Order: sequence, then C-alpha cells, then structure tokens
Amino acid sequence: MTRTVIIDPVTRIEGHAKITLHLDEAGHLTDTRFHVVEYRGFEKFCEGRPFTEMAGITARICGICPVSHLLAAAKTGDKLLALSIPPAADKLRRLLNLAQLTQSHALSFFHLSSPDFLLGWESDPAKRNVFGLMAADPDLARAGIRLRQFGQQILELLGGRKIHSAWAVPGGVRTPLSQEAKDWILERLPEARATVTLALELYKKLLDGPLQKEQRVFGDFPSLFMGLVTPKGLWEHIDGGIRFRDASGAIVADQLSEDDYADFLGEAVEPWSYLKFPYYKPLGYPDGIYRVGPLARLNVCDSIGTPWADRELTELRQRSGHPATSSFAYHHARLVEIVACLEAIEALVLDPELMHGRIRMKASLNRNEAVGVSEAPRGTLFHHYKVDDDGLLTSVNLIIATGQNNLAMNRTVHQIAREYIPDPVPAGAEIPEAMLNRVEAGIRCFDPCLSCSTHAAGQMPLRLQLLAADGTLLAERLRG
Amino acid sequence: MSVVTLTVNGHDVAVPAGASLLEATRVAQAGVPTLCHLDGLTPVAACRLCLVEVEGSGKLLAACSTAAAEGMVVHTHTPQLQEFRRMAVELIFAEGNHVCAVCVANTHCELQDMAVSVGMDHSRFPYQYPHRSVDASHPQFTLDHNRCILCTRCVRVCDEIEGAHVWDIGSRGGHCHIVAGLDEPWGQVQACTSCGKCVEVCPTGALFRNSDTTAEKQPDASLPALLRSAREQHRWNNQ
Repeated sequence: MTRTVIIDPVTRIEGHAKITLHLDEAGHLTDTRFHVVEYRGFEKFCEGRPFTEMAGITARICGICPVSHLLAAAKTGDKLLALSIPPAADKLRRLLNLAQLTQSHALSFFHLSSPDFLLGWESDPAKRNVFGLMAADPDLARAGIRLRQFGQQILELLGGRKIHSAWAVPGGVRTPLSQEAKDWILERLPEARATVTLALELYKKLLDGPLQKEQRVFGDFPSLFMGLVTPKGLWEHIDGGIRFRDASGAIVADQLSEDDYADFLGEAVEPWSYLKFPYYKPLGYPDGIYRVGPLARLNVCDSIGTPWADRELTELRQRSGHPATSSFAYHHARLVEIVACLEAIEALVLDPELMHGRIRMKASLNRNEAVGVSEAPRGTLFHHYKVDDDGLLTSVNLIIATGQNNLAMNRTVHQIAREYIPDPVPAGAEIPEAMLNRVEAGIRCFDPCLSCSTHAAGQMPLRLQLLAADGTLLAERLRG
Repeated sequence: MSVVTLTVNGHDVAVPAGASLLEATRVAQAGVPTLCHLDGLTPVAACRLCLVEVEGSGKLLAACSTAAAEGMVVHTHTPQLQEFRRMAVELIFAEGNHVCAVCVANTHCELQDMAVSVGMDHSRFPYQYPHRSVDASHPQFTLDHNRCILCTRCVRVCDEIEGAHVWDIGSRGGHCHIVAGLDEPWGQVQACTSCGKCVEVCPTGALFRNSDTTAEKQPDASLPALLRSAREQHRWNNQ
C-alpha cells in the first residue's frame, strides 16, 4: 500500500502551504510536493483599475514586503508614462528598498530561522521560536528585533508608515527625506552594524561546526541562479540588467531586459498547487529550474562593490563555493546582504543629491504596456501591465520571487526527506519531530512569502499526515 | 427681515424666515450630520443623514430641505435618529465598492469620516459588490462609479455654479448612476470645461485627478459657497 505523508500547514513562513511525502507500497519515498493551498487573485481583480492605483493596491499583497510591490508598480508606472524619474527620487527609492531588504532579512534570520540553529532542531517546538530565543539569549534576540526595527523605521521615515505605504508613485516619490530622519539613520547605523557583525560571527561558527550537515543536505543541487546586476556586473537591487549564472559558475545570459521576460521565463502550472512554476525557457520545464533571492543575487554578481560586504562575500564563497549551490547558504547570504545594505544606506544618506532637487515628475499616459522589476528580499519581482488608452488595466501579470523558487523548494524538500526519513518507512510509523522540523526548515531557507506569490493570506500552523494509497489517514500530527 | 422662532433640542432658536431646519440646527449647534448637502448648492435631501424629528409631524424630515416654521419643536439626536443615521451610512457602504485602504480619498473622505462619527464599525447589511465601471476618458480627471454615493454634488455644482450641466443621473433604483453628457464617456462631452469643480466637491474618491494616487486627493468642498457669495456680493470687477 502506498502512503502519503502530509505536513500541513508549514510553520514560520509567510502564507499557507503544506508538504506531502509520497511513499510506495514498500515504504520508499517516491515523490515530495510543496503545495501552496491558497489563492488571492490580485492579477484578476486589478483589471479595470487605473494603473496609478497599482502601487497602492499591490503593496497590500503583503505586510512583510509591501515595498517590493510598491517599487515594482511605481517603476512599471514610470514606463507607462515614458518618463525618467529625478535622481533624488531614484536614490530615495533605493534607500527604501535597502531598508526593506534589511528589515525582511532580519525578520527571516532572527525571528523565523535562528531558533532552529540556536535552540536546536530537536528542541521543544513550543519554545523553538523567537520567544524561546528571547528566553535563551535575550541580548541577541533584542539586537535582532532592533535591527529589523532599524529597517522598518527607515520605511516609516520615508513613507509615513512602516507597512503599506503608497509613497513611491509613477514619476518618483511623494516626499523627501527630512534632515531629522537622515540624522536618525546615521545615529542608528553603528548599532545595526554591530548586530550584523555579531550575527555573522555566531553563524559562521555554527556553519563550521554543527550546521555542516545541513549545508550539505538542505537543497544542495545544481541549478541556474537569476538576479539583477549593474552594467558592470556588481550586486544590484532595483535597476540594472538580469543575469543568469549556472551551477558551474558560467554566465548563461547577461544584461537581459525585464521587458523581454516572456522570452526567457516560462510559467508552468501544476494541478496540486496555486503557486506557478517559472522556469528558464531555453532549458524547458522542469530542467530550467533556477533560484532567486539573496543567495542568487550573491551568486550572479561578480562582487558587491563595498569593502565590508565584499569581504563577507569572499568568506561565503570560500565556505560554500561560487556559485554556492546549497539552499542552506541562503541564511548566510541574508546576513551578507544586510551588510551590503547597511553600507549602501550609509553612502546614500551621505549623498547630497539625496536631499536636493525634484522628487516627482508628472506626465500623461504614453505607453500601453510595460514591465517593471525590482529585487524583493526573496528575489526578483516582475510586474507586467497592459492598459487601454485611458490607462485602465486590461491585463496584469505578477511574477513573484517565491514562485520562481518553487521548483527549487520542491527539490529541497525531496532532498531533506530522503536524508532524514527512514528508508523504508515502517508501516504505522510515528513521524519524528526532528524530521518534521527539518523538512519545514528546508522551505524556510527560501524565506518564502506565499501571501505574495499566490496572493494567499494568513498564518501557517503545521499538519503532517500519513495517508494510505486510497487516501485513508494512517497517522497525523498537528501543531500551530 | 421677518424671523421665525423654534426650539431645537430644547433651545430657543431664531432664524430668518425661509431658512432651513438645517440652518436652525446649526444656530443651536446641534451637529446634525450631512453628506449630500453643500453650502452654496441647492439641497436635494439625497443622503437622509440630516433627518430630524419634528413634534406633530408623522414622519422624519430632512433638515436640509425643510423650511423652519414658527413654533416648531425639533429633536436632532434621539436614539432612533442615531440608529437610522448609522443604518444609512451602512447601506451606502454596502451598496457600492468602497475600499478605503487603496482609495485616492483615504483620510480625506467625507463618507469615511461620517462612518466614524455615526459609530459604524461594520455593515449589518450584506455587501452587494456591484459590477461598476471606471470612466478615465477625460484627460485630467477620472470617475470611479464604484465609489459614487449619488449625492449629486457634482451634478449641482456643474449646473448651478459652472453652468455647464455636464452631469446627470441615469437609470432607476439600484441601477442609478451618474452620467456625463448624453451618457457618453466623460472625455467626449464637449460641454465639460475641465474646471474641476465636480472633483473638488465630491465627498468620496469617485471623482479625482488622474495624477492622484492612494490617499492623495485633497478636495475643497468650500468652493461652491465661496463662488456663490463672491458672485452675489460682486467681489469681482467684471460683474
């Protein structure tokens, strides 16, 4: 009798999902699937709305990374208006995205993932969370929370609110950065630097010690990596061109324009998930598997371009290779990207051009179709709008970072399940807690945001089921 | 000037003959809410929020369109009136598609403010989610029927102040909607002078400038009263 093990829902990620592990009659693992089980439908209900509303509407997709949608929508709007935004507006938008990357990465590392590393995979699940971390290491937990607050506060200083600001608009931004806000950022930067220094030291020690196996079995496989790079091949997060690098380190494609995304990205659909399966078209589906996000951005770029971040990047490459193919290296990459963000924030805040000149341009609709791109914390985000001559949307396509990691997340789950699940699984076997947690943790490497990627909503408890071939429930564990 | 005297919530009030009950309640500082009413425009009693009780009358009366009369005894905030006002606002919300979070008028919306002031925290009536269109054919302005509450301020300001009479009400009952010209796309109506008065007086985000994004609309509903008094007092030299 074949069986299916179901983890439903997956915890400590943003959104709703479940994982199924399929066993054949002898109890051997045959297949694993990461199912995203909610649907929100923004692409459909935005049709008919003025394109100028898209920044405000799509920012509501997600409470964690509204800035990413805000920027992608504003950039798409810029292109529909066929204008270039003023230099100050460009820099202010960059500052916003850097703050967003910082706060989201801090959330992923400190709040969601570090309890696994610091408290132990086998620790009590009721305490294996940020509250458990506060009890075990209050100084580290406080520093992590304050690092996220640093990013969030910059978002509020710029956009007037921490989440769901509509500050970036087609044509630029609404308000400049105040001198008080600039002073606050400069005052808090040293503390943010100290926190990420501490986190990097701690994490690198773990990586060289107890986390070596995780680095090997948490989604270590060859795939393409995609991300934005500057024209010179440096790390980029909002402009530039798209680069693909393969697992051997070769650059497969470079300086691709987001306008041509349909030429190089395909979107496959599977009946068991609401999350689309984007793939690199020239290699077909599913061979065109690629990864996006912090690790992919660090893999595709030649270097970051700032001294401290480049030192950390070199260390990451020494430990995990270049390109680093283990999905577990996403955690390390997030910390390195926080370093890059802090250095870039400091440079921007000290740039006199940030505070001077126009910040918003106005124009009428000049194009009927445009694609905007930005690097969200979880990877490259595309907004593609078609509008009628009055500027009302006739078609919307959103390609979300988490969706682009879908194939890789499935492969990661499979690899972890193979490693940690006994082969074969004895009939009627209890599912060990540590295994349950590691399978989930494989997904957490990618810090998926399912609210964004499927337009799903809500929180995720976790359910793991063992089902007979006929669907009969043989065993079940619930938490959340 | 003849004067009529009446009582509002127990206070004696004197107003010029011909004044409305709404003006009398203002003298008494009774705080009667209004939504469709706008000083400087003809009252139409569309929103029903200014309903008051007049002793001896068998029905509730709209204060904006009822003349104050000698000896009237008026009550403006009885429990029944407050319940009806809240119900009226809930019905307005349930009838249209009002998504405050992404609306151009968010934080500058009279309907939103009214919901707060009448204590509405949800609608007890099922939302209708009507299929309504957006008319973005005008080069400067947009009309979003989803947010229209049919207060007809736009109709009146265009007719009575601008003199262009671009707007009217079309259809019946639940299908009522604002029409431009002879039910044409707004941008094709030659009578429109693009003065923007309709946008300024719209109490919601139904009428807005094309460049406005979320929460950016900042209307000026005092415009009709200002223009009317300026004309009546011949403040401009060419009058």
